[in-house]
Parts: sequence; C-alpha cells; structure tokens
Amino acid sequence: MNKVPNNRAWWLVLPMLLLVAFSAIVPLMTVVNYSVQDVFDANTRFFTGTEWFVQMLNDPALQAALGRQFAFSLTILVIQVPLGVGIALLMPKRGWRASLVLVLVTLPLLIPWNVVGSIWQIFTRGDIGLMGFSLRQLGYPYNITSNPMDAWVTIVLMDVWHWTSLIALLCYSGLQAIPEAYYQAARIDRASRWAVFRYIQLPKLTNVLVIGVLLRFMHSFMIYAEPFVLTGGGPGSATTFLSQSLAIMATAQFDVGPSAAFSLIYFLIILLVCWVFYTAIMNLQKDRQGGSRHD
Amino acid sequence: MAEIRLEQLAHSYLQQPSGPADFAIERMTHTWEQGGAYALLGPSGCGKSTLLNIISGLLVPSQGEVLFDGVQVNELPPEERNIAQVFQFPVVYDTMTVFDNLAFPLRNVGTSEERVRERVEEVADILDLTAQLPRKARNLTADEKQKVSMGRGLVRDDVAAILFDEPLTVIDPQLKWKLRRKLKEIHQRFAVTMIYVTHDQLEASTFADKIAVMYQGSIVQFGTPRELFEAPAHTFVGYFIGSPGMNFFTPQLDADGALVGGQPLPLSPGFMNALRDAMSRSDNVTLGIRPEFIEVVSADDGGMLATVSHLQDLGTYRIVTASLGSLTCKVRVDDALDPATSCIHLYFPERWLGLYVDERRVEVAS
Repeated sequence: MNKVPNNRAWWLVLPMLLLVAFSAIVPLMTVVNYSVQDVFDANTRFFTGTEWFVQMLNDPALQAALGRQFAFSLTILVIQVPLGVGIALLMPKRGWRASLVLVLVTLPLLIPWNVVGSIWQIFTRGDIGLMGFSLRQLGYPYNITSNPMDAWVTIVLMDVWHWTSLIALLCYSGLQAIPEAYYQAARIDRASRWAVFRYIQLPKLTNVLVIGVLLRFMHSFMIYAEPFVLTGGGPGSATTFLSQSLAIMATAQFDVGPSAAFSLIYFLIILLVCWVFYTAIMNLQKDRQGGSRHD
Repeated sequence: MAEIRLEQLAHSYLQQPSGPADFAIERMTHTWEQGGAYALLGPSGCGKSTLLNIISGLLVPSQGEVLFDGVQVNELPPEERNIAQVFQFPVVYDTMTVFDNLAFPLRNVGTSEERVRERVEEVADILDLTAQLPRKARNLTADEKQKVSMGRGLVRDDVAAILFDEPLTVIDPQLKWKLRRKLKEIHQRFAVTMIYVTHDQLEASTFADKIAVMYQGSIVQFGTPRELFEAPAHTFVGYFIGSPGMNFFTPQLDADGALVGGQPLPLSPGFMNALRDAMSRSDNVTLGIRPEFIEVVSADDGGMLATVSHLQDLGTYRIVTASLGSLTCKVRVDDALDPATSCIHLYFPERWLGLYVDERRVEVAS
C-alpha cells in the first residue's frame, strides 16, 4: 500500500471537532469563563484571575470535604473490589441458577440513586426502619442523625449494597471467558484452589478489574444523591462530600465564580487520579511484557 | 508408572442414556501396558478425547472401572491419580516465567527447590527451551507455549502415564516432526506409558508402537501400524488407514465361483467355502483389498478387465481409478504404466483379500 501524505485530510477531523466542541468544550469554557470573574449581575463583572482558585484551595471546609471524599472512595474500593471478586467466584457458572443469581445480583444496580437514598432512609429509621429498629432493640443506640460514626458506616454500607454488583458482574464476565482447559490443566498440575486463583483467575481478571476500579472511583468520588437523601450531609458536616458542597455553593448561595473554580479543581482531581492509576497499571503490564529478558 | 486397565467401561454424557446412541464410549475392556507408546486414532467425535479424560480423571465414567495397576481409581480426581495430560491448545500460566511454569507441577506438591531446578533444566534442555527459561510465558509463540505445556507434563518423573490430546495441532509442520521425535526419545529414555490422541494416521504411526483405532465410541482395532495396514479388523480401519483407503466390494456367487463385475474372481476352495458360508449367514458381506496390493497383469495372465476412468499422478506413484462392471476401485500403479491406457487387467491376490462380515474381519483358514 502506498501512503501519500496529504494535509488536506485534516479537514476530515472537522466534524468530530465540531461535535466535541458543542458537547464538551463550549460548556466547559463557560465554566472556565466564570471561574476567572466576579459576577455581580448581568452587566457588572470583574476579572479576578486565579483569586477564586486560591480561595477554594485554601477553604478549610472544602479541604475537609475533599479529605472525606478520598476516605470514602478508598473505603468503598477496599471493600467492594475483594467482595465483588469473591461474589463472582461463588456465582454459579451455568444453568437456571446462574440466570437467577445474575438477576438478583443485578437488581441493586437498576435502582435510581434517589430511590436508594430513600430506601435506606426508611430502612435505618429508629421507629419504623427494619435495621434501625432492630439495632435499637438489640441495645445499640443507633442514630444516623446524631452519631457521625453511624452515619458513615451506613453510607458505606449503602454504597457497598448498591455498587458491589458492578464489580461482581464485571469479574463474572471475566471469569466466564477463561477456557475450561486452564482449569483442567491446573487440576492435572495438582494446583491448590489458591494457586488457581492466583495464577489463572486473577491474571485473567486484571483488565476488567482496572475498568471496575476506575468506574467505581469516578462514581464514588462524585457521589451526591444518596448521602444527600439519607443524611443531608450530617450530622454537622460529617458526611458532606464534595458534590454536595459544590451544589450548596452554586445553587443555594449563587457563588458562581467560586463554584466554577471549584468545579474545575474537582474535575482535574478526578482526571489526575484516573490518569495516574491507569498509567501505573499499564506500566506494570508493560514491565511484565518488556522487562522479562534477563539473559 | 502403571498399567492402565479399562474394565467394562462405558460413558454417556446424559444422565439417563436410553440406547446405544446415547453413549460416547461403548462398553469396552482394554489394557494399556506399563511403558508402552500408544496412539488413539480416530475421526473427530469418535470419543478419543472422552476416553482420555476418563483415564486422567477429568471425567468420571458412567459405567465400568478404570484400574491403575489393579487399583480402582474411578472416583479419584486427576490431582490424586498422578497423571500428566497435554491439551490440544497450549495452556500456560501467563504471568509466570517459563521456568516457573515448568516448576509449577513440582512446587504444588512441595518438591525441594534443588530438585525442581534439576528437573526443570533437564526438561528445558530436551525441549530446547533453555534460552526461554527466564522469559514470561505470555510472550512466547504458539509453539513455544505448547512446548511449555508439554514440559509441564514431562517434568514430573513419577507419573503413571502421560496423555497427549492432539498436542501438535498448533505446531508448524517442520517442528511437528521434530517434537514427535523428541517425544519418542523421551519415551525411550524414561519408559513412561504414553497415550497419544490424534486423527492423523501418519502422526500415530510415527509415534506409537501400537495404535488403537476408535470409531463411534469403540476401539475397533488395536495393533501395530503394520497390522492396521495389512489386516484391518474393521472396514472403518480399512477406509481410515491408508491413502486412498481400502477397496470394498460384494462379489456375486454362481455355481462355479465368485464374480466381480461379471468376471470370475480367482479364489482358492478354502476361501470360496468361507465366502459362501458367510453369505448364507449374513446380508452384509464384503471383500476388501488395498490399492497397494492389487496387481496389474497382462491379458494372458487371466486378470479381470477393467476400464481406466481416472489417473492421478502423485509424483513417485500413480493412483488409477478403474471400473470393473459396477465396481469402482483404486489401484496403485508405478510409472511403467502408459498414461494413455484405457483398459488394464487386474489381479486380486488372495492373501491380501479380507473377508468382512457385518463390517468385521473374518479370518479365513488357508
């Protein structure tokens, strides 16, 4: 095949560029626009440069929310990833049981965020909620509106209930893709159950797990509706995460400039974490491929 | 090291097999002696792999017994049978190095590292894998991977038997030949029982001392490559072994003797009696002769006249397709035959004629 360099081919990129411009770049630029101005009304505005950014980064309340946000995301990842893998390993491989379990596991994923919050809000009530009432009957003074620890544990529990299925389903599909011959060979080689997991299943799950972790990180880092409905961010600000802080600032206080600056910082953090994680994993794999010649 | 005996063995993949058609393996009794090099030959779907998986323990047979040195092992899983098996497609543990792959079966049973190193290096040497030892298995080519798979089977020196399930399918033809030689070498060196499943007769006859030909769930013949060629015990063996396969035909009988395409077929009185006897007992009687054993003779020597309908030149020899009345048969001829010949005289030597009743060979006392 002869390749002819022709720079006019760049015009072919134009439709894509327009599409991306209208769907992403233009809306994003309006946010950038707000983030460097102080807007009083439609006609009065001042250029502020990086002032809002500096202010946001130094805001103790936001710093605390950011800390809570990281703590939350890490906690649910640490619980959901091993739990999801475990569930996937236990799920039946075929037959009507497989279909049944698949439906049951998928169920939580189909419930809208607000509804999940409401379900748990009722579930945890001390007077009529199954969990809240039972715990109190057992002698534990369970109260998510006054005890920050209770609120935290409940939100983590809620997220685990809602989203572990995603990891489980991804891993399940990954496990299904492993040819039977691998398990047969492992039996012939007298491999233990642990060795089968460590050397056959886990390596084959790496790719789906990377996707699972990325999805769950982004998702949980942006969590909003569920804690908002369940605890309203309380008690105090114990469960106020970044999205909620942002929503209050932008819609309740109409601080457009600071909210815009904050949005951009928020966006960049997610982008940065995902990029670092993805690059790290890919490098790990590259080492496995390239760095294996020691001779 | 063990003698493997299959006693009244049968297997069906169905829970409630209702008839013979439901069985992947029909009732059989068969012994693989300790130290033999065997091939299990048959077309796809004849039950070869099923039989192999029953021996290794990946499948539990529905009926009958599997005996290792006289001990029943039916319920034992493969890990307790001490058997090695190499599969059709390479199975390597991607994240491990070649060394670790080969060491895996030994380390799983807690072999000392010193012994592991010794064995792995020995096997790597046999399979020409020494240079690849430190490499990750995922970066190997398909045939290197298959060598690793085979290596994992060979590295254990205490196995009862090594089973190969069409192990050379993914290997280049040239390397195939080399690896087959290697396997033969390994067999001679360690005297371990090897059973080699294949659908390729050449592969079977170059590897094995004795070949078991499988057809529709049964072993129809178990013998040396020569026996399979010269005296197929079943018409299927006649078709399947040899290229082209055996010619089969049903002769007509009259008061004087047998006729083929209206021409008399010279037979001894003994053979004639056996043929008459067989045809009086069964409707399904055929005679078989290999294309290699049919002789082209001159008209004076009393051969049967046949018309040549096709001639295929295969370089060192030719295959003639000839018609004897309604019978079409293949004859292997040498270069001396004039390609333009339209009529030849054929002679069927009696010692190479097989008598088949209900598809099975009946020996004729001479």
